Amino acid sequence: MLLRYRGSEGMLAWAFHRISGVAIWAFILLHVLDIWLAGVNPKLYDEVLQVYASPIGRVLESLLGAALLYHALNGLRIIIMDFWPSMTRYHKQLWYANWILFAVIGLPILIQIMAPAFGFAPPFTFGGGS
Amino acid sequence: MSTRATRSGSARPTGSGWELAIWYLMRLTGLGLFVTALAHYIIVHFLYDPSSQKAQWITDERWGNIAWRTADWLMLAFVVFHAFMGLRIVIGDYTSGRLRFFMTMLLYLGAVVIFALGTIAVATFPFPVKP
Repeated sequence: MLLRYRGSEGMLAWAFHRISGVAIWAFILLHVLDIWLAGVNPKLYDEVLQVYASPIGRVLESLLGAALLYHALNGLRIIIMDFWPSMTRYHKQLWYANWILFAVIGLPILIQIMAPAFGFAPPFTFGGGS
Repeated sequence: MSTRATRSGSARPTGSGWELAIWYLMRLTGLGLFVTALAHYIIVHFLYDPSSQKAQWITDERWGNIAWRTADWLMLAFVVFHAFMGLRIVIGDYTSGRLRFFMTMLLYLGAVVIFALGTIAVATFPFPVKP
């Protein structure tokens, strides 16, 4: 299905939206289960948490964030075109604008999440956070 | 009307009824998740670090008051609708006939189970013990 089409922006936007959507759906199943586990068996949850905080866990976290941010931004693009049809003419420009926002918002978050995996302290510190 | 043209979403269903209601609700829950899910991700992955989020931390900080639990339950309602109805579109695209019916019913069952499990989790999670 994916390989049959000549990927232009509109088609890629659709494919990425679908792939990120299915990936987030799968994570939601896992996430509801692990939070339920935190309530009924806190000790076991704390052990599972070590997986999330490991370097591989951080890569997966970043991928989840990327899927979430892409899906959110492209979702806005879809809504703009659905309720303001003349904007469909600029669907490519909207998609490129998405990627600019994706990079600007995503990069600081990526650095914050990945820094501990490379032995650095997270660059941004907040009152309650660590 | 040229409103059916869309570049990566589903075209707006014509007429009225369930399909149109679901179409609008997908966009409405999508907007809701744009705020709640992105805020949630920023709180638990950017402002805090997952390594500090033990079960006790959820009890004391994240779900220490009823307002956060309510907000997160609202997010659960949005996400269960949006994710499972989104997957329904995917199933509809790649299957047909009896298989599509069977998988869609299985999907609805999954949605009910996940929504129930999430609701139980947010409602019965231990509250902080006041000293």
